[in-house]
Amino acid sequence: MSAVTTVPLSAVKLTNKDYESDQEVRWCPGCGDYAILRQTQKVLADLDIPREKHVFVSGIGCSSRFPYYMNTYGFHTIHGRAPAFATGIKCVQPDLTVWIATGDGDALSIGGNHLIHIIRRNVGVKILLFNNRIYGLTKGQYSPTSSFGKLTASTPMGSPDHPLNPLSLALGCEATFVARTLDRDLEHLGQTLHAAAKHKGTAFVEILQNCNVFNDGEWFEYTDKATKPLSTLRLEDGQPLVYGQNKERGIRLNRFTLEPVDMSKGEAKIEDLMKADSSDLNQALALSRISGKDGLPLPIGVLYKVERNCFEDDVVGQVRKAQAEKPSKNDIDSLLRAGETWTVS
Amino acid sequence: MLSTTETVDIKKTVKPVQATKDVVIYFAGDSGDGIQAIGGQFGHTCVRMGNDIVTFPDFPAEIRAPAGTQAGVSGYQLRFGSGEVLTPGDNYDALIALNPAALQARVKGLKTNGLLIINTDKFRETDLKKAQCKTNPLDDGSLDGYQIFRVDLTKLTRAAVFETPLPATLSTREGDRCQNFFALGMVCWLYQRSLEPTVQYIKSKFGKRAEIAEANQRALRAGWVYCENTETFASSYEIAPAKHAPGLYRHITGNQATALGLVAAGQKAELPVFLASYPITPASDILHQLSRYKNMNVTTVQAEDEIAAACMAIGASFAGALGCTSTSGPGLDLKQEALSLAISTELPLIVVDVQRGGPSTGLPTKTEQADLLAAIYGRHGECPAPIIAASSPSDCFFAVYEAARIAIKYRTPVIFLTDGYLANGAEPWLIPSSKTLAPIVHKQLVERNGVMPFDRDPDTMARQWVRIGTPGLEYRVGGLEKDQKTGNISYDPDNHEAMGYLRKAKIDRIEREIPPTVIDGPESGDLLLVGWGSTHGAIKSAMGRQRQAGQKGISQIHLRFLNPLPPDLGDILKRFKHVLVPEMNMGQLSMLIRAKYVLPAKPLNKVKGQPFTITEISNAIEAILGGK
Repeated sequence: MSAVTTVPLSAVKLTNKDYESDQEVRWCPGCGDYAILRQTQKVLADLDIPREKHVFVSGIGCSSRFPYYMNTYGFHTIHGRAPAFATGIKCVQPDLTVWIATGDGDALSIGGNHLIHIIRRNVGVKILLFNNRIYGLTKGQYSPTSSFGKLTASTPMGSPDHPLNPLSLALGCEATFVARTLDRDLEHLGQTLHAAAKHKGTAFVEILQNCNVFNDGEWFEYTDKATKPLSTLRLEDGQPLVYGQNKERGIRLNRFTLEPVDMSKGEAKIEDLMKADSSDLNQALALSRISGKDGLPLPIGVLYKVERNCFEDDVVGQVRKAQAEKPSKNDIDSLLRAGETWTVS
Repeated sequence: MLSTTETVDIKKTVKPVQATKDVVIYFAGDSGDGIQAIGGQFGHTCVRMGNDIVTFPDFPAEIRAPAGTQAGVSGYQLRFGSGEVLTPGDNYDALIALNPAALQARVKGLKTNGLLIINTDKFRETDLKKAQCKTNPLDDGSLDGYQIFRVDLTKLTRAAVFETPLPATLSTREGDRCQNFFALGMVCWLYQRSLEPTVQYIKSKFGKRAEIAEANQRALRAGWVYCENTETFASSYEIAPAKHAPGLYRHITGNQATALGLVAAGQKAELPVFLASYPITPASDILHQLSRYKNMNVTTVQAEDEIAAACMAIGASFAGALGCTSTSGPGLDLKQEALSLAISTELPLIVVDVQRGGPSTGLPTKTEQADLLAAIYGRHGECPAPIIAASSPSDCFFAVYEAARIAIKYRTPVIFLTDGYLANGAEPWLIPSSKTLAPIVHKQLVERNGVMPFDRDPDTMARQWVRIGTPGLEYRVGGLEKDQKTGNISYDPDNHEAMGYLRKAKIDRIEREIPPTVIDGPESGDLLLVGWGSTHGAIKSAMGRQRQAGQKGISQIHLRFLNPLPPDLGDILKRFKHVLVPEMNMGQLSMLIRAKYVLPAKPLNKVKGQPFTITEISNAIEAILGGK
């Protein structure tokens, strides 16, 4: 077999099968990553982008094996640095659709610096953050999103670290697209990936992903049929923020605080509720702060989405501008002779 | 008092002029005194007047170190002559000391009976205290061996600057900042240098503030007129132009040459140049320079850190550009893991390491050659990369061009070593024609034609450089070990060993790119001097001195390739009774030579953050061969 897949080229519409590489997928059986892989392949087949224009870039960790399983261009790089490689790629070939597959350790711990800078620069990449709140590949140490007190291989007496909030971090970095989805809600996952693919600029997607070996059930409260109606809030632009088995619950703004209300008890009417507005940064910031443990449901969906110029467009734009302005000096000999020179005869 | 409007022809002195061949001059002052500006400007003037020069700027790491202290002394050593100039000189003929700290810190380098110009306005008790002078050197007899010229530089500058109204108000403080140009005016008189290049420089530098431009010009002229009109100096010196090869020349520093070399390589290879760097002394100017060449299809990014800079450059190479990153020692450490990925994935990359004094933050503004082993062996695993070093400021152009040619042809990172001395040092440069530059050949795979990404070029052993985005060639690559044929992940033990030897063989093969080693001197003899990098001039000068003293059996070779080493090196070494390896480290190349060729190469080491003097190397030669 070869690292190059020899699927015949054709103009016909590709299917998810066309995005499967010939490599055997080696995640643990039952890992949430399988669902993300399949949904991504499906979303790519639905997009109007040629297969060769997709590049998957990753760092190190379970999630970072992702590029090997995608029949696209792929670069499995070093721990935490995928955003930097992706930035280089986008500056040279801005028309490529670049995806970053990363985890909570890769992106938020060793790669924290690169993550904040790629987001603030608004490089046109899609960041898929597989958040399972544990280190899987190194066998079960706590991660920057693990809860305080977490018992892990490296913290037998409980983690002394306070976790960070990926969505608040991204918004703090001036993100232009911030979303959250779940590995166990395939439809929502697909929709969110699709929306991310369509975004121009950095699309930051936190995917709550289950590690069934080292942190099984971490997100079950938000994925189980019985509990998810009350524990999650589905965001739909223009719609009131409602949740609950019969959409009887809602969220109202009380001064600067998000307040849960039960409409069935007459605490509020539907028109009193906030309406989801992904263009409103203050709303996004407030929603991002919900931990799911504070009496409010965990927001799922696109929290924030705005348009802003992309880094690579500005970088390439400067090169084009300089080339247009100084075309006469566009050769080595003119360059070397520019400035002050003198002749010795 | 002196007047700038006085009718003095500032082009020609009426006093006697003595001819001399070679002058070493040292400007010293506080780090805010503008020493680097006047040193650079004086060098530029000398170059324009046809002299050969070598410069050695030597300044503290702090932008404004504590005023008046020895730690804050900024210096600029410059040698100019009518013959070939190879080093900045061991001792100086003239020292211009703008304060007691500068005097204390630098006077020991002044030749006996050398010219010492002192700003007496800066010898108040507080100034002496800051400089840690227990007694006043102006009257304690410690300067008796020199020709001292006491000048009230601050007062004279003030008088000149404020003599008539300026185009706009200038504070006394701003006026005082012109005293470096008064000093430069004096030195220009002393060596009969034209003021015109400096006037042009002042106009372009301060053009937006006419009053500052005018004040500096007044100070400059006043310095010249002061020497001509007062009895301080009885005569001046004249240095005839050097006999340069005919052609078109420019003035160039090592960092400028490095930037230009990268642009030239991109143009020759018809590849976009992508440079990502994080600011670091003394390499930042490479980023500054390249960011001005965007019209030459150059993209620059100031990355968030050293690691990101290397990774962005590798990403750019993966996407089909010539990826480059520039740094100094601490940055090289940080980039090593990324470099190992580029070696493992076989992508071209240029890493420029402008070496400085280490370890750790070390001596940021000083020079050293102690990164050689880090460059060759600094990565985990068996991880070979070619190493190329430049030997003079202008050689940075040709050496980095060669580094790029090798990187592209063999699809490998190349570490290009310069140092602080080369980076900031300047010299006149006979501008080459682009036609004389070697072609840079590469075949980027841009269409599906049956060739696979991991198929190897039988000549170079390099794998294919696939332009990503090409239909039908979608492939995945990473840092995990790759199957030799398919490039798929492989944990097979035999394959891993085979890949290790393959990576080594590919780099070893580059030795065929190295031209026959040039031996300066007899082909065999008593002593071979082996050098690399910026020590070339000092070694050559020391050899010249010993030859003049009657030592005939000395030769010099200077290595551009440090990995792989030249294939003829072993034979050459064996033809000499002694081998001496001068290096600004604790014996890194000498260790490599001893290990590889099993012969008793002698190290000559210096790790003071300062280049070798000719005398140091000359003495070492004498110690081996005995004086003649």
